[in-house]
Amino acid sequence: MAHIDLGNDLPGIRGPMAYRPETAKPLNELAELLLRDDNNTLSRGERELIGTYVSSLNDCFFCQNVHGAFAQHYLGCDMPFIDAVKRDPLSTPISEKMKALLRIAGKVQVSGKRVQPEDIEAARNNGATDREIHDTVLIAAAFCMYNRYVDGLATWAPQDRQFYIDRAPGRAAEGYIDYDLHK
Amino acid sequence: MPHIDVHNDLPGIRGLMAFRPEAAEPMGALANILLRDEEGISRAERELIATHVSYLNDCFYCHTSHGATACQYLDGNKALVDQVRKDFRNAPISGKLKALITIAASVQKSGKAVTPEQIEAARREGATDRDIHDTVLIAAAFCMFNRYVDGLAATTPSDLSSYDARGRQIAERGYGSHIFSTFPIPVSEVAQ
Repeated sequence: MAHIDLGNDLPGIRGPMAYRPETAKPLNELAELLLRDDNNTLSRGERELIGTYVSSLNDCFFCQNVHGAFAQHYLGCDMPFIDAVKRDPLSTPISEKMKALLRIAGKVQVSGKRVQPEDIEAARNNGATDREIHDTVLIAAAFCMYNRYVDGLATWAPQDRQFYIDRAPGRAAEGYIDYDLHK
Repeated sequence: MPHIDVHNDLPGIRGLMAFRPEAAEPMGALANILLRDEEGISRAERELIATHVSYLNDCFYCHTSHGATACQYLDGNKALVDQVRKDFRNAPISGKLKALITIAASVQKSGKAVTPEQIEAARREGATDRDIHDTVLIAAAFCMFNRYVDGLAATTPSDLSSYDARGRQIAERGYGSHIFSTFPIPVSEVAQ
């Protein structure tokens, strides 16, 4: 049960978003821009993978499954692949650029100060642009917010991971702004 | 120097926001709601929660700038702001604010660190569900802002007087694109 009376029984971040729509609006706008906007050289799948990885490091069940399902949908991969990236990105056949960006994201999850010039250099050497590095840091930072919002209020989450997989295609089409929190 | 070339010399989050104004917009809107709303928790108290979380995250730019903004609402009481940073339990603030900062400090570690006992304690001190909601989200949001600033090694001014001028500007005008589109600070605001 959530720490506060949200006045609804929606899962995960939807509960507090329906409870306080004023803050839901910028939270969703930020997610739409960072994860779904097409004016970005990182694919939607890659950006969702960064969100998934950070949510996994933060041990946020709801977020890592929602965004893992999005990543799986966009990348056309399976759940074991997503789980392997969460466990050890270096062991997976993702691009060297993505490995370098996930390394940065993993450091941001611990603390912004952990990111070292060498990490940035490694990403650049693998083709990452300043904009891509910027967005990686901000996606990782934003998930340190979303994850804490979800778990800090003790929201509930469906435990069947297939639930998230089944919803992902429809939710991916709707995006983060024009969707019904109650559906 | 920032890790990336942001094409400007603006300090802290301002430089990053000017680099990516599309992302700055929702972040500014979020900050305005969370820090400028006055229902249940005052602006000064909201800034103090943000200052404490930023201090725990060791983000000098954020805890100095939000501390300066808090100070604007507290008749310039820097000593109080500094005590809330380092030792809020013994600071002359309300029991309710202490209970809310306790929750915020847990959120800084992890959302899962918040306990039912901490929520109960806040309720006993008169905190409403909305107060608790806003506290958790302010703390969570600063775990984002702090990481954004330090993760990209944003420029941090060492001249502490610049934070006071900015604090005054924020207290008067709120958050939004003016924080990165008006630089240097208009003379009229510095002179006040």
